[in-house]
Amino acid sequence: MLFPSLTRTGPHRVVITGAGIVTALGLGWRANADGFRVGRRAFRPVSLFDVTRQRAREAAEVDLPHALPETRLSARTSRRLTRASRQLLWAAAEAWRQAGWEAGGSLPLVLGTTGCGSESGEQYYRLALEPTPVRRGQPTRSLRHQGQRQALDVAEAFGFEGPVTMIANACASGSNALGHARELVLTGRAERVLAGGYDALSQLAFAGFDSLQALSTTLCRPFDARRDGLGLGEGAAVLTLESLDSARRRGADILGEIIGYGAATDCHHLAQPHPEGQAAFLSMQEACARAGVAPESVGYVNAHGTGTVLNDASEALAINRWAGLRARDLPVSSTKGSVGHLLGGSGAVEAVVCLMVLREQWLPPAPCVETPDPACAFPLVRQPRDARVEIALSNSFGFGGANATLLFRRWP
Amino acid sequence: MTRIFVRGAGAVSPAGWGVEPLLTALRAGDPLPSVESCSRGRESAPSRAAEQRDPNDHRRPTLAAAAYQSTQQFKEDQALLHELRAPSGSRRFAARLVPTPVPRPAWLAHPRLRRASGISQFALSAALEAIESAPGTVLDATRLGIVTGTHTASIRYSERFFGEVLDNPATASPMLFPETVMNAPASHMAAFLGCTGLCYSLVADQTAFVQALVVGCQWLVDERVDTCLVVGMDEAAWPLADALDHFAHGLPVSEGAGALLLTRQPGTPPAVELKCITDAHLYAAAATKEPAARAMRSQLPAESPGELLVDSRSGAPRLDRAETLAWADWRGARISPRLALGEGLCAATAWQFVAARAALTCGSARAANISVVGANLQSVGARFELAEE
Repeated sequence: MLFPSLTRTGPHRVVITGAGIVTALGLGWRANADGFRVGRRAFRPVSLFDVTRQRAREAAEVDLPHALPETRLSARTSRRLTRASRQLLWAAAEAWRQAGWEAGGSLPLVLGTTGCGSESGEQYYRLALEPTPVRRGQPTRSLRHQGQRQALDVAEAFGFEGPVTMIANACASGSNALGHARELVLTGRAERVLAGGYDALSQLAFAGFDSLQALSTTLCRPFDARRDGLGLGEGAAVLTLESLDSARRRGADILGEIIGYGAATDCHHLAQPHPEGQAAFLSMQEACARAGVAPESVGYVNAHGTGTVLNDASEALAINRWAGLRARDLPVSSTKGSVGHLLGGSGAVEAVVCLMVLREQWLPPAPCVETPDPACAFPLVRQPRDARVEIALSNSFGFGGANATLLFRRWP
Repeated sequence: MTRIFVRGAGAVSPAGWGVEPLLTALRAGDPLPSVESCSRGRESAPSRAAEQRDPNDHRRPTLAAAAYQSTQQFKEDQALLHELRAPSGSRRFAARLVPTPVPRPAWLAHPRLRRASGISQFALSAALEAIESAPGTVLDATRLGIVTGTHTASIRYSERFFGEVLDNPATASPMLFPETVMNAPASHMAAFLGCTGLCYSLVADQTAFVQALVVGCQWLVDERVDTCLVVGMDEAAWPLADALDHFAHGLPVSEGAGALLLTRQPGTPPAVELKCITDAHLYAAAATKEPAARAMRSQLPAESPGELLVDSRSGAPRLDRAETLAWADWRGARISPRLALGEGLCAATAWQFVAARAALTCGSARAANISVVGANLQSVGARFELAEE
């Protein structure tokens, strides 16, 4: 039964035993770690749809191979996958393989997204608008657009069943998904959970942010005094979460621990953050309180840092307030300057970036930042460097006032 | 073990704004004496309450939704079929749409709601009614959780915005785009109610509302919140009707919202308890939905006298087959909101739960099984029981 849960126990420590990542920097941990470590910028002219009448022309597109990872999906299903599903599958396959999980049994799946299979929905709409509407293929397109289809693809691909929770909390979706998955393991409702976030580039989202004049027409430079907007990207990240007991029993290689999760709602405006970042502050504060960690113990903050004037100003104030005196020497960077804003995928991708920081002990620099915004009381990471980090914090904020913070600890 | 109670309920449907019009429509469309007697018996209370409200108070979640019940009586023609047309004009689809509220509720003047989509208005109205119908519930906004379940969110604004993008992206409206984001309705609700804590928007097939209930229960059990609003909502538009038509030709698409207010305390009797939510039986491994529907049904108690079944049949034989087979042995009272009101997706699932609660609170049933066989994700069920004193 989903309610009442018969197995609720805990609290259990929640560890990560597998991580998969797909961004414009490449497929997999190594390609991404190498890129993030040096602050490589992966933007290029948009090729997926026409942007000639838009203000912005660049995005961080993923080079998706034609092939798919080896899974249980039939050839027929594989042919029908959307771009979003393909990215999600690559990420899930890497995490699954790394964790050494096996098919069968019940496994909760928690995913965050904002656009689901938007490419398929957009194509459906274009064809339905034709003077003589196209019928052939439309049922499949309508199904492939739906978020639950990407979840089912993952479940089919790796051979498991279980409750599916698709969180659509705008750009905080990926972090909310990981946070919710953590709660399931923490409380003993599940011993293992597959969780992550994804979004493929879509014309609707690109045009939407462009209509708001939120896209940079120069370079995406989070926290730079002369920043002029965000850059969109695409990608996915998937993590295998399990209780420490489960991981130890299996002798699994532990990548890190999720020790805190905070979520808060900003009631200020549908598409703008509170100027002083009230909900962002509450989110960070809650994550730390629940982890029993003070800001002094945090060694790196992966900021939401979109590169818009409003987001970065309010997040800077929130970090200053939350960190207090620690802000003076707390390294902060946003990796959106490298791979763009992945919307529903960003929280999960940035969680993997935090794991990379903890595993490999370096700090990812924010490319293109020349003059840090004076609102930042903290040092921005602008050059690649090694560092000793025990705890990393990741922020994700979204439209609708969705704010989420995750806290990760290095596994010895 | 923590018990969860359904303290309040609200609804917006093609039958009108409020639970009463919904129940009246269910009575008319799928006769069920228990619901009929329930709606008659409860009609006067909202009227009295509505008279006491301050029409100039935009922020206070007063009796806005209840006001509709007193001023807008259900008429049969309110649920008549409307027609949705694709822009090409070559395809037309049957739809049941939510009527325009008369009078226009004062709370729509709230700054966050002036440009809000229909679905946000449906959701907030249902939520306010759920709060208002729970006397004695102390609503501390800082300890309130909100979880919504939807299939398409604001498909009307999404369709309009993307249409503008295809015409000329340079002139696409920046006012529309934020409203197309799936958590916009939940965000408006949170802003109106002052909720600064947990607020999730879930997306899936018709079962997203049940998944939202699961999340709400988890938050309550873990004491992350003291009260939780769970809202199911969806909006009708021609692209949705067009897509549905591929799978069930002629099936009317519908729209609206339904809300439940959950707490850990039973409140004033009769108290309705959420007794269980079955496992989620995924369609991933199954070639058809039938094994999943059967497995869901097997986790709910066998039929006994005085019990009600509220199912998700829509009237399309092919879509209903798995559920019809799973409940073939059920001989007791049965309500099928979609048969009366159309395929309202997550709104219709929420109406199932609202109708089940109503049947229990008016004493016409002592327990209700709620069966939700989703279109393409999973089958999941739940059970309400009258709480023992």
